[in-house]
Order: sequence, then C-alpha cells, then structure tokens
Amino acid sequence: MQALYAQLLVGLINGSFYALLSLGLAVIFGMLNIINFAHGALYMMGAFCAYFLLNLAGIGYWPALIIAPIVVGIFGMILERTMLQWLSGLDHLYGLLLTFGIALIVQGVFQNYFGSSGLPYAIPDELKGGMNLGFMFLPIYRGWVVVFSLIVCLATWYLIEKTRLGANLRAATENPTLVRAFGINVPRMITLTYGLGVGLAALAGVLSAPINQVRPLMGADLIIVVFAVVVIGGMGSIMGSIITGFSLGVIEGLTKYFYPEASNTVVFVLMVLVLLVKPTGLTGRAA
Amino acid sequence: MSALTDDTLPASPRAVRDEMIVFVLMAALLAIVPLTGIYPFFVMQALCFALLACAFNLLIGYGGLLSFGHAMFLGTAGYFTAHALKVWGLSPELGILVGTLGAAGLGVITGVVAIRRQGIYFSMITLALSQLLYFIYLQTPFTHGEDGIQGIPQGYLFGIFNLAKPTVLYYVILVGFLGGFLLIYRTINSPFGEVLKAIRENEPRAISLGYKTDHYKLLAFILSGTIAGFAGSLKVFVAQNASLTDVHWTMSGEIVLMTLVGGLGTVFGPVVGAFVIIAMQQYLAGFGQWVTVIQGVIFVACVLTFRRGVIGEIAHFFRRSL
Amino acid sequence: MKQKISALLFGTALTLAASGALAQDKNIKIGVLTDNSGLYSDLGGAGSTLAAQMAIEDSGLAAKGWKIDLVSADHQNKPDIATTIARQWIDVEKVDIFMDVLNSGVALAVNNLVKEKNAIMINTGAASSDLTNAQCSPNTIHWVYDTYMLANSTGQALVKAGGDTWYFLTADYAFGHALERDTAAVVTKSGGKIIGTVRHPLNSSDFSSFLLQAQASKAKIVGMANAGGDTTNTIKQASEFGIVAGGQKLAGLLLFITDVHSLGLKVAQGLSFTETFYWDLNDDTRAFSKRFSERMKNKAMPSMVQAGVYSGLIHYFKTVDAMGGNPHDGIKVVEKMKAAPTDDPLFGKGTIRADGRKLHPAYLFEVKKPAESKGPWDYYKLIGTTPGDQAFRPLSESACPLVKK
Repeated sequence: MQALYAQLLVGLINGSFYALLSLGLAVIFGMLNIINFAHGALYMMGAFCAYFLLNLAGIGYWPALIIAPIVVGIFGMILERTMLQWLSGLDHLYGLLLTFGIALIVQGVFQNYFGSSGLPYAIPDELKGGMNLGFMFLPIYRGWVVVFSLIVCLATWYLIEKTRLGANLRAATENPTLVRAFGINVPRMITLTYGLGVGLAALAGVLSAPINQVRPLMGADLIIVVFAVVVIGGMGSIMGSIITGFSLGVIEGLTKYFYPEASNTVVFVLMVLVLLVKPTGLTGRAA
Repeated sequence: MSALTDDTLPASPRAVRDEMIVFVLMAALLAIVPLTGIYPFFVMQALCFALLACAFNLLIGYGGLLSFGHAMFLGTAGYFTAHALKVWGLSPELGILVGTLGAAGLGVITGVVAIRRQGIYFSMITLALSQLLYFIYLQTPFTHGEDGIQGIPQGYLFGIFNLAKPTVLYYVILVGFLGGFLLIYRTINSPFGEVLKAIRENEPRAISLGYKTDHYKLLAFILSGTIAGFAGSLKVFVAQNASLTDVHWTMSGEIVLMTLVGGLGTVFGPVVGAFVIIAMQQYLAGFGQWVTVIQGVIFVACVLTFRRGVIGEIAHFFRRSL
Repeated sequence: MKQKISALLFGTALTLAASGALAQDKNIKIGVLTDNSGLYSDLGGAGSTLAAQMAIEDSGLAAKGWKIDLVSADHQNKPDIATTIARQWIDVEKVDIFMDVLNSGVALAVNNLVKEKNAIMINTGAASSDLTNAQCSPNTIHWVYDTYMLANSTGQALVKAGGDTWYFLTADYAFGHALERDTAAVVTKSGGKIIGTVRHPLNSSDFSSFLLQAQASKAKIVGMANAGGDTTNTIKQASEFGIVAGGQKLAGLLLFITDVHSLGLKVAQGLSFTETFYWDLNDDTRAFSKRFSERMKNKAMPSMVQAGVYSGLIHYFKTVDAMGGNPHDGIKVVEKMKAAPTDDPLFGKGTIRADGRKLHPAYLFEVKKPAESKGPWDYYKLIGTTPGDQAFRPLSESACPLVKK
C-alpha cells in the first residue's frame, strides 16, 4: 500500500509535464488553430537554454526559470511572424506539416552541435536532498515541480478565462474580424499567444533539465504522448487539458506499479478507448 | 479555407489521356533501368517507397485525411512477410499475401478508431496509434526487438522466378509497383473516388446527399493501408530484413515528406517525391549529420512556397492534371 | 562526389593491375559505416573515421606501395539504409572491409550481406553476442566487446567484491532481456542472488517508479540492463533518489566513457562497469589518445569502439601486407587474420577465435569521485581485470557452426 502512494506521487510529477505541455498546445490551438508539432523541440530548447545560461553566463536555475521561457518564447514569436502567419487561410494540416519541419530542423541542428548523449544540469542547491515521507523518499525537487507547475497552470487558466486580455483572446478566436473592428490588433495577439504557448513548453523544459539529461531528442517522443493526452482531453477547454494532463500522469504511474510492461502504451490505449466511447474527447467540443 | 489540393475537376477524357501517356512513359523508363547500368537496388527501394507514398496520397489527396502513422502498415506487413518467409518457410507469393492481409487487418482495426475524428485530430490519432504499435513490436518476441528479422530468404516466386537475382527481383518489384499504382489510379477515377473527393470538399453536403461518409472514409483507409502493406511486403525482398525503423514515427514523417515534395493529390507526384527523397538519403549519407535538418528545411520550404509539389507545379504550369 | 572520383580512379587502377598479369594488387578500400547523427554518434561517428585514418597513416603501408582509400557513411541506425549503402559499397565502390558498424540491428543485417558478398567486417561497435554465436560468419570478426562479456565480467567481479544480492532494472525488449539473462546466470553461478527485476519501457524519460522499487528491494547491487539514454537517465535519477547515498551500488551493463562524460562525475561517481579499453591504461594508450583527441572536433578521448577501429585495422593491414597483396577475398583474409596472434598498442596482445571473437582482457572500472579526478576525461579507477580467455563466452557453449566442424 505504501508503495502505491509513492507511485501516485511519482505519477503526479510526470502529470505536471503532460499538463504544462498540453496546456501550451491547447492555448496555441485555441488561437491559431494549429497543432504545434514543434512543441517538443521547443521544450528541448528551454532545457538547453537553461544549460547555456548556467555554463556560458553563470546564470543559475532560478533566473533561468524566467529567462529561458522568454528567450524561447521570442524565438517562437519570430517563427510565427516569419512562417506560421503565412498559413492563415490555408488548411490547418499545413500548420502541422510546417511545425513538423521546424521540429526536424531544430532537433537536427542541436544534435549536430551537442551530440545525442546529452549534457548534465544539476539540481539547484536549494532543492537538493529529499524528505522521508514515511512511505517514500521524496526528492524535494520533484515536489517543487508538482507545486510549481500546478501554480503555472492555474495562472494560465486564470489569465485566459478570467481577465480582460483573455476575454479579448477568446473573442478573437471566435470572430477575428469583429474583434479587429474594435481596434484590437489581432495579428499581434496571435503572435503573443504563440509566444505564450511556446514559453510554457520552454518552462517545462527548464523544469525537466535537472531530472533528465538535456538531450536534443528529449522532446521528440514526449510530444507524441502529449498528442494522445490532447486527443483524450480534447482541446476545447484550458482546465480540461490541465486536469487530463495530471490524471494521465497518475494513471501512468499506477501502471508502472501494477504492470510496468504496459506503462508506455497505457496512454495510447486509453486514447483508443476514449475515442470509441466519446469521440470528441472528455472535455472537447466537436471539431 | 482552401483545401490541401486544388484538383477539383472531375477527370476529363483529356486528363485521363494525358495521365495514360505519362504512365506508359514512366513504365517504359523504369523497364529499361537494368539495361542502363543504374544501380538497381536504389531504384527498387525507391519503387517500394513510391508505392507507399501513392497509398498515402490516396488518403490525403483524395480523402483529405492526413495520416501521420502510415509507417505502421509498412512495418507490420514487413514483419509479417519476413516472419512467414523465414520462420514458416512460406513461398514468396504466400509471404506477400500474409503481409498484405496483416496490413489490411490492421487497417480495419485502426481505421475504426481513427476516422472518428477529422483534420488535425485524425493526424494525431494515427500518429499515436503507430507509436502504440511501435512499442508493441518492440516488446513482442517474434520481431526480435532492436535486432529485427535478418537474413530473410528471397526464394522463388511462383516456384519459377529466382528473386535472389537482382534483375529478376527488379522486374518483380516493378510489376508489383505498377499493379499497385494502377489499382490506386482506378480507385481515384471510380465512383467511389468521386464520393471521396466530395467528402473531402464538403462532408456535411455529402452526408446530406445520403452518403454514409464514415463508411467511405473507412474503406479508403483500409485500402490505403493494404496497399501500403503490399509495398512493405515487397520491400522485404529488397532489404532482406524487417526492422523497427519501418514502424517508427520518423518513417511516417518521411512518407508525408515524399508526397508533399512530389505534390499532394497528384497522380504521379508521390512517385517523383519518393525518388527525390530516397536519392537524397543515399547521396547525403556522406554528410551524415545534416540529413534530418535538410529534410526539415524541405518540409518548411514546401509548405511555405511550393505547396503544389514538383508535379503539381508542372501540371499547374501546363494547366493539365497529372 | 569525392567518392565517385575515387571510385573512378580505383576502377582504372584495377584495370591497370589486372592488365599487369599476376602483378600483386595493392589496393584496399575501407568503409566506415557508423552512426554520424544519432544516439551513438559520440561513441563511433566521426571518431571512428578518424581512428581509421590514423591507422592508415600509422601502418606505413603507403610507403610500401599500397594505395588505401577510406569512405564513410551514416547508417542513421536504420538496417535497411545500412544494407543499401553496404551493398552499393561492395558492388560499385568495391569496398573490401567494413569497420565500426555499431548498432546490433544494423550489424546483423550487414553481417549477412558481407557473408553473401565475401567481404570483411570487423565489428567494433555492436553489442550483440549473436555475431559470434548463432549468427557467426567466416567473414566477420567481432573486435571489442559483446553482451556476454559485459555481463560476465561485471557480474562476476561485483559478486566477488561482496555484491551478492541483485535487483535488475531491465529495458523491456530483446536486448535488455538478453543482458539481464546473461548477467543473472553469472551472478547465480558466482554465488549471488537475484532479488527481483523490473522491466521498464525503452526510452523512458522517467525512472522514478522503477528506482523506488529497486530501493525498496534493499538489494546491494542495482543492475542496469539497458543502454544509451535510458542508462544515463537512470543514473541521474538514482542519484536524485539517493540510491547510491543509501548504500546501494549501481552497476552498468552497457556503458561507455562518453556516457560518463555526459553525466559528469558528480552524478556518475561510484558506478561500476566493464570496458576493454581506456585511454589512461598505459603509455601506449595515452600516446595514441593524446594524438587522437587533438584531432577531434570536440577534443574527446577515444571510446573503446573507436580504439577498436584502429586496432582492428592495424591487424588487418599486417595480414594483407604479409600476404603480399590484397586478394579481395574476405574468407581467405579473415582466415589468415585468425591464424596470426594480434598485437597493437591499444588492446595489447590477443587472438581471434574460430568463431570470429577477438579475445583480450576485460577491465572492470569504477568511476572516480570528483575530488579524485585530475582533469577532464580522468574518470576511471581500474578495480579488476579478467583475462581474455575467461572474459568471453567459452567455445564449449557456442552455437556457431564454424566451431563444430
């Protein structure tokens, strides 16, 4: 029973990454109607950005949590301005193809310069060590990841669902022409939204740097799982993607305990089941 | 919103005539390859991928469904054929049959799930399904995990044709390719193909006309998967191995790339695209590291400036459909 | 382009040689087939090509009238791409000998082709012990290491050192299963006990669940029957969960110096595993490695795979030179290579067995603490050596048909 609690907790940690990434995807999808295939590559860039900040400029983990998402976010906005915006009015599948190409380029370039085995990034001193919770040894850093990403997710939800800016955003998704008529710069808003979504991915990257090796391909396989998470949750609601992300992490954690052989397929199997029962996803509107 | 392809005209007699001329030219060119001293294995491999890309194109170009998991058919058929030849000792024709039927079965199962959503969701679902299958194949003993199935005997097709001889193998692959190609071409120009195009253009209208669009989409998906599987079975005889590479998502990406380069929804585009990409892989092997980057650049360049692809641009220039 | 031109030159050279009646053919073409862009590019990749280049320069064969060409390509870890390149190399470019060929799937595919076409492969990169067992070939020599040897050496030495209870963290596919099976057999034979096993999926990013189970088992040794990114992530997260700090020891069953380099000593310290080459073993290895590292783009020291390319080619050059010319006949050359004992600066004295297995000592290393390391790449402490004839799978257990005849 004790081991079970431990696995639940560990599952929540993975859930945090799923939630942050699928949240970013949902935000971008809501505004641009694009599935951002480059999300995994941008997540990787976040981790690399933290690595560079530390090793080239001596800037540690805490500032990196803010700087890396901004830097990668700006990179994302440049991508949007120079490439993605030309796709408006075309079939959405072109967005998928374009971002897939971008992902290949980014991952390939990083692989050329940094090899594939990865670079080390240490846990910040303040979060080193662990707590003995009685039923498990919880590394403090992991606890921090869960709490912090939960806060970020909720803040994003609040920003989009409860503030004026968010209201404008949502309105622009529904009817861009009308919103433009109110004097709001819709293209700029789209760019900023893409930057926000990308920033969330980069933030997840920074959070994961001390846990995983910083590798060029660290986001490549993860993004496919996150796609499945998104299909299960549906991209209709922000809260939906947060909840789905965390719960799938927990389910995956339980699978690792009861039947580890299936732990990397369980999300996909769940996706199939959900599609058979409720094709629009758990919280999604019809596409 | 403009569709992925701008070919909306029904096949006019002139278009059909043009296409038949090009087809005969293509078949003739390919038939003389062994006489020219061009390295046949390169062309054989390209032919298998060309058929695969054509099968993929059937879905995207005429059904509007972008599958990001077509490698699963390639890999499944490859494994089934390889297993049938090596472990069961079946003859080549039966091996191909086993592989193709395996892919067809997979098409039925995955099709039922995948066609429940459209557009981007469909792409994500097919991608996730192929990743699921990748993990299954990684763990199942019969695929031998990372080692793959190696040293597959080529045998005698119908007991007569010795497939271990490169020239014989070449013509067998060529016949297989042309057969598959004609089947796809026939499908596109059949009433079934017309309904598919109608669904792609406007699904609600097709439904209101009384078409059970889900049935059509499922059938197209199964047909595309089966032909892709046939290509995968043929490829086993060329490569003499079946490995996880063929089920991995990067392979699915390459299939998309081939079709995109050649021209989505064009009859001959996927063939040209497959030759371009396979040639690129061969000649860039020396550059090593930059292959993925170059592929990415081609993706981006195609989407931004060259959406019709090679054949699409040519056809557009001459105002013909190809 | 360069390949084409040299192929052309080679073609003319060949016709000239043929026209000179029985004149000895002193042309060699070497193909380094490796992973230049993927997971294993640090291990082989450009370094393997450099090692081959250095072997050509050091052999002194050019002065004796030999003409040696070197081509290299990226097989992208795809068996079908590898066989296509290899086939073309043999048919069109007339490559005599394949070097490196890391990745077991690729190696087994090329192995079949090389046998069919009577070329040569000296495999220095692949782990699968099948290359000299069920799949052995008269055209292939497996030079550096294999899974059986790794399991054998690491398992035996650690049990001897008191690590008698084991818990396995196994990658859930054929390779991981084989590694676990071989190691478990050795551990049990040496008097140790297997307490448990957990199978994790390939390419997991998160090992915490599995590590928690390993921790709860209280086994003295946590054996990692996985490879590449899986191993490095396991090690990294094990340090986070305080596995080593809690008194358990991590044993890598397939780990390379490049992995330790990428992890950093802080995380990797205390880890034990087996390699057959380390740059800091003796004066000869140090001298070679220094020259090697100066010519590498990232100043890396050679891995055992890269060192194996050099060592294997040196033996090959000696053999063909003694034969007086290149017969372009794989089986014939490999037979001669097996008949002569090997001796080179990197792996020392050794032999090649009938099944194609190259024998040399296996070293068990422990990764130094950061305080013990004198600088970059100073990573290992040697804690045990298994002689070549005991390290590898004995011929009596071999399923190789070449042995039974």
